Amino acid sequence: MRYLFRPPATDGAGLLSLPFHLPLEEWDPELLLEVPQRGISRHVVRFTAQGGHVYALKEIPERLARHEYALLGQFEEEGLPSVSVLGICVDRPDDQDAVLVTRYLEYSMSYRYLFSRPHGEHSEEQLLDTMVVLLVRLHLAGVFWGDCSLSNTLFRLDAGAFTAHLVDAETSERHPQLSPGQRRYDVDLARERVGAELLDLQAGGLLPSHVDPIEVADSLPVRYEALWEEVNREEVFALAEQRQRVAERLQRLNDLGFDVGEIELVTDPEGGARLRVETRVSEPGQNRRELFRLTGLEVQERQARRLLNDLRAYRATLEQKTGAPVPETVAGYRWLAESYQPVVEAIPPDLAGRLAPAEVFHEILEHRWFLSEKAGHDVGTTKAARSYFATVLPRTPKELTTPSAIVGSRD
Amino acid sequence: MASIEMRNIVKQYGDGYPAVNDVSLDIADGEFMILVGPSGCGKSTLLRMIVGLEDITSGDMLIGGKRVNDLAPRDRNLSMVFQNYALYPHMTVYENIAFPLRLAKVSDDEVRRRVTEASDVLELKDHLERKPANLSGGQRQRVAMGRAIVRQAEAFLFDEPLSNLDAKLRGQMRTEISRLQRRLGITTVYVTHDQTEAMTLGDRVCVLRKGKIQQVASPRELYEQPVNLFVAGFIGSPPMNFLPASLDGDRLQTPFGPITLDERRAAAVRGRDLLLVGIRPEYFEDASLVDEAKRPLGSLFRARVDVTEWLGDSQYAYIPYEAPDTIRDQLRELSRELDAEELRTQAIVSIDATSRIREGREAEFWLDARKVHVFDPQTGDNLTRDAEAGARLTQMATEDRVEQVQEAQAQGTTVGGGASRAGAA
Repeated sequence: MRYLFRPPATDGAGLLSLPFHLPLEEWDPELLLEVPQRGISRHVVRFTAQGGHVYALKEIPERLARHEYALLGQFEEEGLPSVSVLGICVDRPDDQDAVLVTRYLEYSMSYRYLFSRPHGEHSEEQLLDTMVVLLVRLHLAGVFWGDCSLSNTLFRLDAGAFTAHLVDAETSERHPQLSPGQRRYDVDLARERVGAELLDLQAGGLLPSHVDPIEVADSLPVRYEALWEEVNREEVFALAEQRQRVAERLQRLNDLGFDVGEIELVTDPEGGARLRVETRVSEPGQNRRELFRLTGLEVQERQARRLLNDLRAYRATLEQKTGAPVPETVAGYRWLAESYQPVVEAIPPDLAGRLAPAEVFHEILEHRWFLSEKAGHDVGTTKAARSYFATVLPRTPKELTTPSAIVGSRD
Repeated sequence: MASIEMRNIVKQYGDGYPAVNDVSLDIADGEFMILVGPSGCGKSTLLRMIVGLEDITSGDMLIGGKRVNDLAPRDRNLSMVFQNYALYPHMTVYENIAFPLRLAKVSDDEVRRRVTEASDVLELKDHLERKPANLSGGQRQRVAMGRAIVRQAEAFLFDEPLSNLDAKLRGQMRTEISRLQRRLGITTVYVTHDQTEAMTLGDRVCVLRKGKIQQVASPRELYEQPVNLFVAGFIGSPPMNFLPASLDGDRLQTPFGPITLDERRAAAVRGRDLLLVGIRPEYFEDASLVDEAKRPLGSLFRARVDVTEWLGDSQYAYIPYEAPDTIRDQLRELSRELDAEELRTQAIVSIDATSRIREGREAEFWLDARKVHVFDPQTGDNLTRDAEAGARLTQMATEDRVEQVQEAQAQGTTVGGGASRAGAA
């Protein structure tokens, strides 16, 4: 047998001792982890935990495994939202298929979960828009998905909104640029699969009655086209408006979750201008990088923006108290130790792992605002956290608990 | 259903490399056409241009007589079979087949008619009300085919559909696809790199090399009258043996002794110093097992056997031979192009399973001289190809197909077409 693992893979070293010579279906259940079924897979998929991390193992033919391994590696390097690949095991005895090992996407949710329960603020429109953002982002990067479906997408909460991640790249292809036919075809496939998956939930009595699978599926190409147009359209305007129009356009693209690589402005003698924007695929990561630099925390972009705002407010309070300027690095360290960590550590053990810590912190900030409005004064983070743990967090279903938290509590 | 015509199709990528180079090909209504060749030959690119996934640099693509170069994929009404073979667990087999029609808002009556029809053809009738969880591997694949059938597409397209299945299921599916295509009489284009699939499935096979068509013919014509060294080497398993030869009167001098050519073939090859003679493994036999009547039709030679392979119903012997460096290089280049294993200058010969020829010993072999072909090592052209005989073989295959399609239509098993068409999902 041969193992190909992508560095840094020291965290996965324990995986090498697993019985890869056996078919996944014959593995000792002791080695595996029950993860609520995540969509429909054509292959045998199993989960296992090593050193506190959870990994997904998928049995597929070697050719596909190598292809997917290479592509997922590229996606990760380029910041495309996908699951992170660890390695493959090939040359297993008795001509068995290869095994592809990916890192489990912690705190992710499947469409089955999201669609099959009434969810006030998380509408199906929101999910579909998130999926369309993912598809447009992949298409901009020259990726033909070939199997865009809800089963192959995982959703994650990011400060109340969703982000979508590609899970399965088996049928994906990389091109320098996609032809219009490739994009349209990919969207047609997505529409059909989403429709089928929702019809399936309906057949299983799992879809709320107000959701019409066909209507939702039909809206996908429309949403896709609108976003593609928004991201790629060329704008023509009078030169006098230039400054404002360019700024508006960039802001709009950032709000949609896109980064801008290059803008090209061509003026004509009549005082008009044509703006062409080269939209980049990488997630705007400015806030993430900033928060990481100051605190070492790794969170998603919107969460980072939220946390940074709190950190800045904290710094201002410190400066006010001491009457002297506080360097941002000091503020970062103190905010982490005195504000963020105490809140995260106070999460009751039986509620741990239902939401990512940064998402919990975000929700507590929301809750604090809500309580303060009601009380007519700022109630403070500690009090808000206590109230939140008692009244809000328990409403997040236990089945959402991320597998690594389940593993962690066992140790 | 429709014909597919390609006129001088070119696909050039940004770097100027023509992935498909001036391909003209007519696929008749109801025909099963295979596109085959080693990786990089352009077969998948060609299929993608039919579907609409790749822009066509120049040339015309016609489906049912209509130019489709600028049509979006879904407006071409083609069906990529096995593109989606996910089975949905809560839906019955019926709904698993029907959903593309549901999404296209086809009426319930029409859905019932088409699903019933498709499930008859696929022999899934007894499973329609079940959930898919308990279907066998083959039945699952048939559900995927059912989805393609109910769309009533103009043609079925397959892009290496069996390459990820295990050997057993692959064999089963090959039979299923072939049977289905015959019963439905639907125009089918099938891409594969596997010459066995190509030979067993297609009415005609289009062999591609570096973006260019080498030969379009029935499997039998490709096998018996290949147009060049490339086709001869690609079609057939184990592959054709190529031996260096020189002409001496009407006799070819080869490492396996002299081979006498008939007048037509001798005239065709005359005037060249070095030749390559192509001999299929089954043109050989253990000399001791050839009956007296057949013996004079071939030649005898003695050679040392390196290895024998006994497979129960058949047996192969491997015989090394000497070849000049130029021929060696030529053959190495060919095997590289064919994605074959590293070439060794040894012949693979088929001998009767009862033969007592043993490895490491010298033995006497008989060689049937009637069917050998002689190639020009420089151009690769088959100098002894009998175009008329080849055309007759392909004509026979065409007649068979027309007859089968008529039969299918008479039995009413064809689906689609006519006034009942309600657009595809």
